[in-house]
Amino acid sequence: MQPAAVAVFLGLFVLVTVIGFFAARWRRGPLNKLEEWGLGGRRFGTVVTWFLLGGDLYTAYTFVAVPALVYGKGAIGFFAVPYTLLIFPLVYVVFTRLWSVAHRHGYITAADFVRGRFGSNWMAALVAITGILATMPYIALQLVGIEVVVAALGFPTHGWIGDMPLIIAFVVLAAYTYTSGLRAPALIAVVKDTLIYVTVIAAIVIIPLHMGGFGNIFDKIPQKMLTLAGPSHGSLGAMSAYATLALGSALALFLYPHAVTGLLSARSRNTIKRNMALLPLYSLALALIAGLGFMAYAAHLEHIPAYAEYFRHYGAQFAVPALFMHNFPAWFVGFAFAAVAIGALVPSAIMSIAAANLFTRNLWPQLMRRKLGESEEAQVAKIVSLVVKIGALAFILFIPNQFAIQFQLLGGIWIIQTLPSVVLGLYGRWFHGRALIAGWIAGMAVGTWMAATQGFHTSIYPLALGSLTVPGYAALYSVIANLAVCVAATWLLDRFKIARGHDETQSGDYSFETANETGTEGAMTVTE
Amino acid sequence: MSSMPSNRRFAKLLVAVLFIGCCAISLIVPIYNHVEPRLFGIPFFYWFQFLWIIVTGMATALAYWLKV
Repeated sequence: MQPAAVAVFLGLFVLVTVIGFFAARWRRGPLNKLEEWGLGGRRFGTVVTWFLLGGDLYTAYTFVAVPALVYGKGAIGFFAVPYTLLIFPLVYVVFTRLWSVAHRHGYITAADFVRGRFGSNWMAALVAITGILATMPYIALQLVGIEVVVAALGFPTHGWIGDMPLIIAFVVLAAYTYTSGLRAPALIAVVKDTLIYVTVIAAIVIIPLHMGGFGNIFDKIPQKMLTLAGPSHGSLGAMSAYATLALGSALALFLYPHAVTGLLSARSRNTIKRNMALLPLYSLALALIAGLGFMAYAAHLEHIPAYAEYFRHYGAQFAVPALFMHNFPAWFVGFAFAAVAIGALVPSAIMSIAAANLFTRNLWPQLMRRKLGESEEAQVAKIVSLVVKIGALAFILFIPNQFAIQFQLLGGIWIIQTLPSVVLGLYGRWFHGRALIAGWIAGMAVGTWMAATQGFHTSIYPLALGSLTVPGYAALYSVIANLAVCVAATWLLDRFKIARGHDETQSGDYSFETANETGTEGAMTVTE
Repeated sequence: MSSMPSNRRFAKLLVAVLFIGCCAISLIVPIYNHVEPRLFGIPFFYWFQFLWIIVTGMATALAYWLKV
């Protein structure tokens, strides 16, 4: 154990804890209303939204798992780059409409919108259930990121003492999320991203210097890892997998509850547009982080005796921690590991808040058959956010990590099944509310079945089209099945003149902008 | 639509073309699935996609600037 590394690590952890509790006083608002606790009062401007969305989407798990995939499998791990790149135009064009209609009608979740648009409480409940199911393993996986760096710092990892760091981190996280709501991760995200950017820039300068330049690093990577396997034996190979993973993941991302929460907390439609022009900075960082996987590979870190034990235990996920330990002085290792650990706390907080919002708004009233009052709503959400975090903690402590990874992989396939109701709902009401339910059931079944045929080890399904095999992301394939059922069922239901639900939105709602933004569109408001 | 001034229509069309073009090129993998030409020893596959983040980011910034 390196005292300097541990001291810096713990110091930064204490700092964000203080910030987390202080956040309740920042831009003070009535925290006993769900809109205040769970959406920060919809008041976040460009800078805070940038940090919040960045902290939300580029999680610790991303920072550990993406380079781990590059380290283990090479080029395919780079799919995260086209994936995040597709997000900017997609959000700019499509999801600004969700912000507008949500702001107009006071929607807090995507399921609120589906209820308002299609008049279907059942479809709204399904959107909520899908969101909660997909979020739980995601929170659990953030903990894996903390686990790896805590172990690398030299803390014991076995028995109940080994579980203590995780339990302490999550209890503290749960406490300040409870008191401060979305304000806590929004403020902590500023610290987190500062740490991440400093770490990435240091890594990208120092490590290639140690290793004799980029050319030298890439020369040590086997040819077949550098690019994707091309078509052979009647199969499109890794290329179709790469493209469908990027597209499917991009379409799914803003259906995740935590992404919607980040989006809806923005002050104006323009704040989101501005952010889509600024968010590429995170993608550049992500591309560089993906490159760390190759650096770890070229350095043959798994053969160094001091790291061998960790690689046996954590596999490729230890690649980046080992790379840092091998190249940085102890105090900076503590700094970089704190970036990963805090990078896990921010999204965990947002995810648990988002899941709590869904439960409170879209499941509780449905189950209890009565609407909640304003302060009751906030109270239920706070408690649910605790339950969600305890659930995620139990998941990691009592169930092998492999299950969390497989469950998270299924989560991506499940969440995309809300695309017909949420995304296409933003553009029209061609689909019958009940047809959406039928489509959802079909998509869930097809997607889960596809993953099951692969033993839940990969979400790439080898689709056979005649004699041609097209390996592709099961989420994308299954949502196509979902859409086909939606079309067919809508046609049938309309033919039998089954009444459609009431639509409380109007076409103007989808381009709504707050009054103070419509006149001064070009002005950069950075008065946070 | 016909009441929209022609320069607004042009701006919308330009942004649509840029957005679709940026997304399409990043999804047509054979375009960049090569090792050569390298840049500072980095294979084409990696530096091209890195560059493409910047290009797409600039297209988004242009859309914002044109108030589309």
